[in-house]
Amino acid sequence: MAEATFRIWRTEPGGEGGFQEYRTAVSDGMVVLDAVHRIQAEQAPDLAVRWNCKAGKCGSCSAEINGRPRLMCMTRLNQVNLNEPVTVEPMRTFPSIKDLVTDVSWNFRVKKGITKIKPRKPDFADGTFRMAQRDVDRVQEFRKCIECFLCQDVCHVLRDHNKHEEFIGPRFLVYAAQLEMNPIDTADRIPELKADKGIGYCNITKCCTKVCPEHIHITDNAIIPLKERVVSRYYDPVTRLLRLFK
Amino acid sequence: MAGYATYDYDVLVIGAGGAGLRAAIEAAGAGVTVGLICKSLLGKAHTVMAEGGMAAAMANNDDRDSWKVHFADTMRGGQYVNNWRMAELHAKEAPDRVRELEGWGAVFDRTPDGRINQRNFGGHRYPRLAHVGDRTGLELIRTLQDHTIYLGVTVHMEHTVIELLVDANGVSGALAYDRERGRFHLFTAKAIVLATGGVGRAFKITSNSWEGTGDGHALAYRLGAELIDMEFIQFHPTGMVWPPSVKGILVTEGVRGEGGVLKNSQGRRFMFDDIPDNYKPQTASDPEEGWRYTQGDKSARRPPELLTRDHVARCINREVKAGRGSPHGGVFLDIAWIREKLGNSEEHIKRKLPSMYHQFKELADLDITKEPMEVGPTTHYIMGGIRVDGDSQMSTIPGLFAAGECASGINGANRLGGNSLSDLIVFGKRAGEYASQYARSRKPVQVDPAQVEAIMKGSLEPFERGTAGENPYKVQEDLQETMQANVGIVRLEDEMQTALTALDGYWERASRVGTLGHREYHAGWHTALDLRNLLAVSEAITRSAIERKESRGGHFREDYQEKVEAFGSVNVMVKRAADGSMQVTRIPIPPMPDALKQIIEEQKS
Ligand SMILES: Cc1cc2nc3c(=O)[nH]c(=O)nc-3n(C[C@H](O)[C@H](O)[C@H](O)COP(=O)(O)OP(=O)(O)OC[C@H]3O[C@@H](n4cnc5c(N)ncnc54)[C@H](O)[C@@H]3O)c2cc1C
Ligand code: SF4
Ligand code: SF4
Ligand code: FES
Repeated sequence: MAEATFRIWRTEPGGEGGFQEYRTAVSDGMVVLDAVHRIQAEQAPDLAVRWNCKAGKCGSCSAEINGRPRLMCMTRLNQVNLNEPVTVEPMRTFPSIKDLVTDVSWNFRVKKGITKIKPRKPDFADGTFRMAQRDVDRVQEFRKCIECFLCQDVCHVLRDHNKHEEFIGPRFLVYAAQLEMNPIDTADRIPELKADKGIGYCNITKCCTKVCPEHIHITDNAIIPLKERVVSRYYDPVTRLLRLFK
Repeated sequence: MAGYATYDYDVLVIGAGGAGLRAAIEAAGAGVTVGLICKSLLGKAHTVMAEGGMAAAMANNDDRDSWKVHFADTMRGGQYVNNWRMAELHAKEAPDRVRELEGWGAVFDRTPDGRINQRNFGGHRYPRLAHVGDRTGLELIRTLQDHTIYLGVTVHMEHTVIELLVDANGVSGALAYDRERGRFHLFTAKAIVLATGGVGRAFKITSNSWEGTGDGHALAYRLGAELIDMEFIQFHPTGMVWPPSVKGILVTEGVRGEGGVLKNSQGRRFMFDDIPDNYKPQTASDPEEGWRYTQGDKSARRPPELLTRDHVARCINREVKAGRGSPHGGVFLDIAWIREKLGNSEEHIKRKLPSMYHQFKELADLDITKEPMEVGPTTHYIMGGIRVDGDSQMSTIPGLFAAGECASGINGANRLGGNSLSDLIVFGKRAGEYASQYARSRKPVQVDPAQVEAIMKGSLEPFERGTAGENPYKVQEDLQETMQANVGIVRLEDEMQTALTALDGYWERASRVGTLGHREYHAGWHTALDLRNLLAVSEAITRSAIERKESRGGHFREDYQEKVEAFGSVNVMVKRAADGSMQVTRIPIPPMPDALKQIIEEQKS
């Protein structure tokens, strides 16, 4: 069996971290997560890594592989150059817990702060709603999100500028967009998006869209339409007027 | 000795899959204090992986459907050893439980007239599975999660419960460690709901994640609760077989529901060759009729690929053993062929089965719109579990409730696809409701600090042994090999006895496992602690399977290939005896009320 070298980020409890090299056997069809698991089982039992589904469905195994934010379970070894060591490190935007595991609790707090769904009255006495498929297609695109937080990891507003207190990040703009566009929802989130959710910080670099493993068009379909709603509500009577004539 | 943090709740829910979340929602709504514990982050539980849909007789796509038909289908699928009360409640209440999800934000696929769209699935007479493409579990868990976080439920993520505690009045608390720091936490509670999911990790080839180590089953068992039906394991017919590292990962039954067909290496649709008598009246007589059924033709009968999972899994097993398998030891599952029928088949497949398309493309480099997949059976689900009261979901221990996959009863000998997700919300709700009622009237709880100390001490022993001890991963792997080889799809007395002997050895090795390092996020240590849960459920499965000397549903015995009437009126039950050994008994199933019997008769044609 062939072998390959992995440079995996390891940390000391409460302290500094660094890369450590491991050589391990690799075979056809393996993904990076398999290699990490093999190393864990054979050489480093205390190596910390999150995973659940091994099929790109749960969003647990996010990491930076050769510097790119990716799911470890969906990165096949034939997609990376095995002639050189493969680096595997945790998402850098979030505080380290241990090795490849980061503290993503901020995300859970942010979500709680977004106004929840407020459904209209059901359309029928039996509690059912009627919605056309074409009206929910867009919402369903957003609801594919597996909360891997890779988009949060890559967004420069969070990663480089640390605006965690002022900006909810692409994941939660998608979450807000999904609620705003749900046909039965009656709540209004435009004021909060403009104010404490900080939608204005996004300058549409589209880095988030590029890393999304669910291929959600985060910027084009979620953020830009939300921005338009904010703009037309608060700033731009002309745009609003023009749109009337379109 | 390390200390521990303490928390106190009226209702403690252990597990944050569909069942646990739904229980927490209900209990919070009842006005009691609620704590929720899960091993992973919120939203990552097994439920997230469910694909095909959830079964509820809403009759949106076919108005002939009703709770009665759903009830009869569930009982037939379970070969009549189900808890009929649960099957009845489930069929009656599932529609409301599904509908209320929409108000909480779920967005299901729609019918042309704007209702929740329902799809065909094995064993369900009419299109019954509410779904969102092939990611229904994600929709369910996210909806429940996003509803729960606004209700004041305290969530303890990445905490693992290692023991339950009792006082003179019943269950009184749970001891856990947190993964992040490896510290201990004592939760006292007036009522506890176990919603810990399945046991798939007892086998080598499984669709289950690392979480599926049967913790709830084992925790309840160690407390003296009764487990039933542990011999009934569902081997899902279609798991991936290649590449090796993804072996076992699920290929949704939805592929067959959308027209996918099974073929052997000779290109034969072998499922037509073996249709059980009791399903003949409802099964298509030729491929053309089967195709029409998948496309919603109400006059057509279902193709044999949609027979119950136990049967399809055994047929595949037989083809492979007879040398008619695919190159990597499975058979072919072909959805690409529908291009003969549909002009836009590639788009159609990608739209109906997006995550399957994605999964094969990324993991196996295979385009399912163009080529057939290779599939084979994988350990998927356990019908057996904690014995509960059908109405309240309380176990045989006062104050200890169970819901979802770790509870037993609704499925009997075999679960129909889609009946789990609906089970989670129907009985999750009931467990939450009755647990909060119970909590209100329960006397103050007591916990024995000495017992807590002893549990903590025991669980830290692997560190004392260090590398001188056994490698926990190795023990786990050997155990999985044994169960896979000896207590799998086809069972024999001798082989199962071999497994029991081997399990004895693993118990002994498990008591000697060791690991190095610190307690922070230490997977080796976690694996060491999981072992006794895996061992307890493996032993329960094996002993129960030896006891049931017949073949029924998910339990197939090479040495007793037929159904035996006497076994049709009993459940096999295991319980911990006073001396710590595992006691196996047959318990009679209570007689079914005439009204329900009549429904079953009416639906037999
Ligand atoms: C790939 C796949 C596809 C499926 N598709 C379908 C489908 O289409 N339709 C259908 O009806 N069913 C389907 N199933 C089955 C269904 O998904 C499961 O049976 C169901 O999700 C189980 O839900 P649950 O709430 O009982 O437990 P789970 O979702 O498994 O959750 C268990 C919870 O308990 C926690 N837990 C476990 N042990 C402990 C402990 N010791 N301490 C603290 N917390 C603990 C876990 O962390 C987790 O939060 C599928 C299953 C798989 C694997
Ligand atoms: S497009 Fe906006 S949200 Fe996305 S990465 Fe760029 S700045 Fe961040
Ligand atoms: S939007 Fe995409 S990248 Fe962001 S969390 Fe969701 S799935 Fe991950
Ligand atoms: S393990 Fe679930 S996404 Fe990778």
